[in-house]
Amino acid sequence: MSGIVPAPIARQPWRMLFPLFVLIGFGALVLFSAAAGSWQPYAASHILRFGIFLVMAFILARFTREWAMFLAFPIYGIILLMLVAVEAIGFVGGGSQRWLDLGFMQLQPSELMKPAIVLVLARFYSSLPVGMIPTWRALIPAGGLILTPVALVLLQPDLGTSLAIVFGGALVMFSAGLPIRWFMGAGLAAAVLAPIAFFVGLQPYQQKRVFTFLDPESDPLGDGYHITQSKIAIGSGGFSGKGFNEGSQSHLHYLPEPHTDFIFATMAEEWGFLGGLVVIGAFALIFSWGLSVARASNDRFGKLIALGMTATVFFYVAINLMMVMGLAPVVGIPLPFMSHGGSSMLTNMICLGSIMMVDRWNRKAPRAGIMR
Amino acid sequence: MRLRKRAKPKEVVTQSTLDNAFDRRTFVIGTAMGGLGVLLAARMGYIAIAENEKYELESESNRVNLSLIPPRRGWILDRNGAPLASNRADFRVDIIPDRTPDTEATIAALTKILNLDENQAADIRKQVSDGPGYQPVEIASGITYDEFAAVSVRLPDLPGVVPQRGFSRFYPTGPSVGHLIGYVGTANAEEYAEQDRNPLLVTPGYKIGKDGLEKQYEQELRGVPGARRVEVTASGRIVRELETREDIQGDPIRLTIDGPLQDYAARRIGLESGSVVVMDCETGDLLCMASMPSFDPNSFSQGIGRVEYSMLRDDERVPLRNKVLKGLYPPGSTVKPMVSMAFMREGLDPDETVFCGGGLRVGNRVFRCWKRGGHGTVNMAKGIYQSCDVYYYHFAQRIGMDPIAAMAQRCGMGQEFPLPVASQFYGTVPYPAWKEEKYGRPWQAFDTVNATIGQGYMLANPLQLAVMSARLATGRHVQPRLVTSTPVQGFDEVDFAPEHVAYVRQAMSDVVNGPGTAGRARLPFDDIKMAGKTGTAQVVGLNLSDGKSGPWKYRDHGLFIFFAPFDKPKYAGAVVIEHGGGSGSAYPIARDVMTFLFDPEKGMEMLRGFEEQWGGTAQQRLDAKYRAYAAAAGEDVKPVPARDEEIFDQVEAEARLAVRRQESLADEKVDPRLDTSLSSGQASE
Repeated sequence: MSGIVPAPIARQPWRMLFPLFVLIGFGALVLFSAAAGSWQPYAASHILRFGIFLVMAFILARFTREWAMFLAFPIYGIILLMLVAVEAIGFVGGGSQRWLDLGFMQLQPSELMKPAIVLVLARFYSSLPVGMIPTWRALIPAGGLILTPVALVLLQPDLGTSLAIVFGGALVMFSAGLPIRWFMGAGLAAAVLAPIAFFVGLQPYQQKRVFTFLDPESDPLGDGYHITQSKIAIGSGGFSGKGFNEGSQSHLHYLPEPHTDFIFATMAEEWGFLGGLVVIGAFALIFSWGLSVARASNDRFGKLIALGMTATVFFYVAINLMMVMGLAPVVGIPLPFMSHGGSSMLTNMICLGSIMMVDRWNRKAPRAGIMR
Repeated sequence: MRLRKRAKPKEVVTQSTLDNAFDRRTFVIGTAMGGLGVLLAARMGYIAIAENEKYELESESNRVNLSLIPPRRGWILDRNGAPLASNRADFRVDIIPDRTPDTEATIAALTKILNLDENQAADIRKQVSDGPGYQPVEIASGITYDEFAAVSVRLPDLPGVVPQRGFSRFYPTGPSVGHLIGYVGTANAEEYAEQDRNPLLVTPGYKIGKDGLEKQYEQELRGVPGARRVEVTASGRIVRELETREDIQGDPIRLTIDGPLQDYAARRIGLESGSVVVMDCETGDLLCMASMPSFDPNSFSQGIGRVEYSMLRDDERVPLRNKVLKGLYPPGSTVKPMVSMAFMREGLDPDETVFCGGGLRVGNRVFRCWKRGGHGTVNMAKGIYQSCDVYYYHFAQRIGMDPIAAMAQRCGMGQEFPLPVASQFYGTVPYPAWKEEKYGRPWQAFDTVNATIGQGYMLANPLQLAVMSARLATGRHVQPRLVTSTPVQGFDEVDFAPEHVAYVRQAMSDVVNGPGTAGRARLPFDDIKMAGKTGTAQVVGLNLSDGKSGPWKYRDHGLFIFFAPFDKPKYAGAVVIEHGGGSGSAYPIARDVMTFLFDPEKGMEMLRGFEEQWGGTAQQRLDAKYRAYAAAAGEDVKPVPARDEEIFDQVEAEARLAVRRQESLADEKVDPRLDTSLSSGQASE
């Protein structure tokens, strides 16, 4: 960075912030259109929330390594307790019991568990003696740390969040260096157990979603409607879209949830393939920054945090985009930084804040060339 | 680590191998992420660019709702341009529940204004509560202008109520044209599939031709539908109107039919079951093709009720069959002029005589003449005007059947005419080879004897008889035509020698004006003489009935063919009365129809007298009959609404009187009506 820009500003991770602002701004535009050309009720609160959570992320980034190490288990424990509390006293909304009413806000602890699981596993592996990595002592406690919250979240029931927690945790374990054959074994076991779990473990409405995903035309006015209308929105956008505020699919309410789960389709209809490339490209920049932060880190704790947080956000993006393009079943997972919604914005900004935190550590103690 | 050498070799894990593993695995993860990103971008490109056209279409079909405006149907006009089938403005009232805050109160108010009964109101309430709220629900259709106006002025108090003007098919003369014109109705599933699932056919309120000319000229009459394109939301609410294209009315079809004459003939048939065909001898124009009893096509077009339909279906006089084209009758003695023509063509001298003693032995059977006492000495002319059977028994055996059959076919019997009608029954002209093929039995002398007086196997429809009459009268191969766009045909083809034609004309004139069998058919004019030939066709053997009384079904058919004026034929035709008990039931009708043609005033006078006895016009009697039938079936039928349309006056038989009065005011002298085109100016709108 040149001398014109003050150091505190030049120091910031612009590689990530610039694409992030693009996503937020673009998201606000799409939300403006989804509200039929109005800042209310989506776009304004979207930007306001982002402002608040951005400040929170900058504060988060100032935590030192020692504090992070110290707080990892307590944070995990508190969120786990909140999950138990959800089971006990949480209220039911939309068919499942996910929320805690704190009086001033409604909190969804399972959302917070996504970054927390990454944090606690990074803490666990960073303090595990190197020699124990290929032994059961590296696996069993970590497995317990993952499966306890997953079990609680499944009870709510909330399959999407459970999968996100498993995905984040598994990726941390994978990059922690656990033997590759364990993952292969787990993959094999999953392949065998998946059909059983599908028929025993899933709710009928979830099974139906999977069937509909496999053949959306079978139910064009029921569940397949979402996928079909989403593909129509994306497909009719063409190369450069129908133009800002001109999307008929969203404006005439053919597209369900145009401001949350299907915001990408809303965007693609008005901005076309070019808009899609901008969004995918912006996410690619953010993820490559996250991975580079992980590689640049010189301790396991930082590496695993940066990687796990990146993976968590990536999971959101990948599942959401696959869903709107008809490559995955309809699961209620919003698109980070664009969809309207406080909980997901909070989680994703915690993830980015944590990576920024690791980035700060890196700059204070740069990785020495010879030590590796 | 070295200490464990003996054990199963464990991988060596150090800080640096872990870091290496992390870098490798992060690379794998990064690659997987990038790969998925490329996959997603490719997938999006595929949907948005490769399949763009398909999805754009689907998006448009989501967004735009096309509703068709049914085209106004083309009119069917008579030869003078007066409508036999037209469109009547149809007032209706719909309600859109979504735009009605208090549907209960609104429906109650409408019930009062439109005088709906409790059943109808209950139906409407049910439809309103069951249907999607944005779709209009019909409150009433076919309401009067006064009711329409009453709703219209109260609109500010009736939110969501939509009074509309549509069109429905209207046949001013009702039953008189039922068989000829046909009727319209809502397309059924088969018709919808046949016409490539044309969406017009399932548009509410749209009707297609179901029978007769309405069906034959469906494509010409249909027109081009208008369209209203609107943008709708997913729930069907209309956001805005995009564009509206007006409909284009279908082309009119102009018939050769003379509307007032058609009406007159149909009404003149009266209580009988039969048909009247009148042709123009100079053009082949079919002026009238009346078949009675008939149905009211107006009822069919509004969707005929169950009760009314069963009344028509159960009637032994088959009001659902067009008897002009689909009634087949033994022509009886009406073939005699034609047979005479065949005799002369084969060289028989008309003055050659035979003695009629009341019968003739053929083989081992005696064939009786209709006149038991016999006709004495009979030549050809007397054979025709006295209708002597023995004359024909005798000479037919000499000439043989084949020349007679050839002549019958030349005169149109057994023939199908190139007319725009759904089907014609063309009957039978028997001859030896035909019988051999059909029954495998040789032709016998008694077959010839039967055929020569129009009995036995011989069958013809009334149209064929009329064409035969026209061809005999003119000597030309007159082809009938039904629409003015068809070229005039057959006049360059000479069928008969002029002296033969003159002979037959004179003999047929004598049937009416001389010592013949139909003296009562004489026209009430000094200067116009009608020629004709009577016929009586036995339906059952004499052992069952004498043909004149007893059960209706067993009575003889009465037939009459005619042309006038006899020396310079202008009009020719045929009258067939089913089970009329003999030709006496047929020729008075022919006489009155021809009287009406030449002098409408005199014709109407006759008809008025008859209709007084019969209990009203055909329309009135049909309505009365329906009410009686419905009452017997325990159904409540609403009174028939009065017809006060001005249009109505142009094709009704009475209309001609009005025209004539105007003419006579302009010109003191009343001309016999020889050319129908003379009055066209006054009759058309």
